[in-house]
Amino acid sequence: MKMTGAEILVESLRREGVDLLFGYPGGVLLGVYDTLFDSEIKHILPRHEQGGIHAADGYARATGKVGVCFGTSGPGATNLVTGICNAQMDSVPLVVLTGQVSSDLIGGDAFQEADIIGITRPVVKHSYLISSPEEITTVIKEAFHIASTGRPGPVVVDLPKDMMAQKAEFKWPTKIDLPGYNPTVKGHLGQIKKMLRLLEGAKKPVIYMGGGVILSGSNEEMTKLSEITGVPVISSFLGQGGIPGTHENYIGWLGMHGNYASNMAMAEPDFILAVGTRFSDRSTGRLDGFAPNATIAHIDVDPSSISKNVKIDVPIVGDCMAVLKQALAEVDKYNWDKNASARKDWMAKIKAWDKKQPFGYDREADIIKPQYVVESIYKVTKGEAIICTEVGQNQMWAGQFYKFKEPRQFISSGGLGTMGYGFPAALGAKLGCPEKEVFDIAGDGSFMMNLQEICTAMQYNVAVKVAILNNKYLGMIRQWQNMFFNNRYSECCLDCQPDFVKLAESFGAVGMRIEKKEDVEGAIRESLKIKDRPVIMDFCVDREENVFPMIPAGAAVNEMLLK
Amino acid sequence: MRHTISVLVENKFGVLSRISGLFSGRGYNIESLSVNNTMEPEFSIMTIVTTGDDAVIEQIIKQLRKLVNVLKVRDVSQMEHIEREMHLVKVKANQETRSEIFNIISTFRGKTIDITNNSLVVEITGVSDKVSAFLKVLEPYGIIEVVRTGSIAIARGSKSTTDFK
Ligand SMILES: Cc1ncc(C[n+]2csc(CCOP(=O)(O)OP(=O)(O)O)c2C)c(N)n1
Ligand SMILES: [Mg+2]
Repeated sequence: MKMTGAEILVESLRREGVDLLFGYPGGVLLGVYDTLFDSEIKHILPRHEQGGIHAADGYARATGKVGVCFGTSGPGATNLVTGICNAQMDSVPLVVLTGQVSSDLIGGDAFQEADIIGITRPVVKHSYLISSPEEITTVIKEAFHIASTGRPGPVVVDLPKDMMAQKAEFKWPTKIDLPGYNPTVKGHLGQIKKMLRLLEGAKKPVIYMGGGVILSGSNEEMTKLSEITGVPVISSFLGQGGIPGTHENYIGWLGMHGNYASNMAMAEPDFILAVGTRFSDRSTGRLDGFAPNATIAHIDVDPSSISKNVKIDVPIVGDCMAVLKQALAEVDKYNWDKNASARKDWMAKIKAWDKKQPFGYDREADIIKPQYVVESIYKVTKGEAIICTEVGQNQMWAGQFYKFKEPRQFISSGGLGTMGYGFPAALGAKLGCPEKEVFDIAGDGSFMMNLQEICTAMQYNVAVKVAILNNKYLGMIRQWQNMFFNNRYSECCLDCQPDFVKLAESFGAVGMRIEKKEDVEGAIRESLKIKDRPVIMDFCVDREENVFPMIPAGAAVNEMLLK
Repeated sequence: MRHTISVLVENKFGVLSRISGLFSGRGYNIESLSVNNTMEPEFSIMTIVTTGDDAVIEQIIKQLRKLVNVLKVRDVSQMEHIEREMHLVKVKANQETRSEIFNIISTFRGKTIDITNNSLVVEITGVSDKVSAFLKVLEPYGIIEVVRTGSIAIARGSKSTTDFK
């Protein structure tokens, strides 16, 4: 039986296991939306395409499944671009379906025509323009395969209107034929043994794990390897949750606002086992100060991440999970007490750094310190919530004062640093994991960028909690102007802002303003009782609080400013 | 260092822009790029001449391999290989100078392919050094226009860039 392109598309999505997607209709997508009308796939209508794609991204990060979203041709598609780039930078599997004008109109500057394949080319893992209804099934199958395997990422599929209307037989491909795409899964055993031999012989080793451990779900393997070898683990910002945040071998996360011990330790190791990380500049600081004496082994599924920023001595291409399993199968053949006393001294040195300078703030202050809000959320949720963040100081404090037990608990725009990401991402995360508490730790500036999604949360009864650390500033901008621009607060002041309580209420959501420290915990507890709608908590925090430690731009990991 | 890289690609929508965009987006240099179908119409080979230190070239190759439509990447300049580019040169030539110019052309193994009263078009193929020398010698006569292909290259021996399986 022949089906329309739209029917083939929706059936293909169903076969790929899609039960929830985010999308916004438009002229060229009307055929698709007519088909979706009868589909069992749950469709969420955001109030802006950017909200839709970040929600798909949050859904993907929280569940590990592929996030799916639609936007119409022209402005709908261009509104998705930030979200695509965001997903690409943080390796999030998305299939992004964009409407396109009819094939015969392409190139003629038709109404709502945009060359979205061209516009997104540098920020996608791959993209497709559908050129016949027959190829829809194959393209969709490939798109999901590419998005979710190897190093995950966004795949754009552009859908000309006529392709959605024309008919073809539905033929579901039995296999995938992508001769140029074969991500390596297992690592080279010789290299793994070489890595283990170096790890065995090291006196000051560290494991440096990144988001790859989260994406591959290899937290148990990671923890086991650290326990057996006794090697301290330092994570990247997005690697948090790769081993439990409270584990005695976990030192913290490194980088611009990472903890003192992690950064100090990264200046001195003699061996680094890097796992699923891309040595981003925010993590490494100035490169000549980053582990100058270390031999480095690097496990990564993306060969181009290896030796991109930092020269690697032992490259191991493969999926983190697969390679860690291979390593664990070998690990008993080595003597992990070989340098026991040097290792003990090394661990003691790291612990001493941590004791000397843990993440901290003025706990005695009467005013609400933003860090206190995060700590209270940690306490009240017993460390079990999914925490999304916006961008800026709020994001750094969320990372500093919440300890994550497991992967997919911490959801933040690391690579692109997209303000306005956290709230829609929280919405997607909550839709994907309805049994979990989901918080967006927000800045007042960032929240303004996608707060229209309160409406979406209302419509679908999504009980996310937004904790605005309201400093009435673009706080991170103010911090830099305070520290490096002579207190010239150029365009960072947000004195003019809505009454967030009334704003929430105008959507039918719950709004709370918290002005006293003693009310912080109570408000958070109260918010957990609300199960059918979003809660917007406006925490009036110390306006001029800065984030520390800080590695200033161009400084090395061990050149942190502490106040 | 100058490198000549052979890239076997699927002839799919947008593949050229993915490759040229990769170079411009990541700040890599393209000295020349030439592309055409192979014996099998679904594949093309691109020859890209680029410059960079070892780390840059390593990244270029890895980034190219990451593209879904790229099947194989070889740095042919690291192997024994043959490289050619072709120039079409239009030079001023009248009755007095024509025979001198013919001599030069034959010394360089060029081919005259068009003659008018006051000009000639010459086809010359070779590595860039030879062609530069040729142009230098012709210069005094008055070069009107030069159009050149990019380099194409092939490795010596029996292996082929088109074997990708
Ligand atoms: C879309 C976007 N625009 C601009 C920036 C630059 N930026 C980084 S942090 C920041 C301030 C964020 O302010 P707010 O959300 O209030 O967070 P705070 O730092 O005060 O916690 C800005 C403007 C960005 N990261 N993203
Ligand atoms: Mg703020």
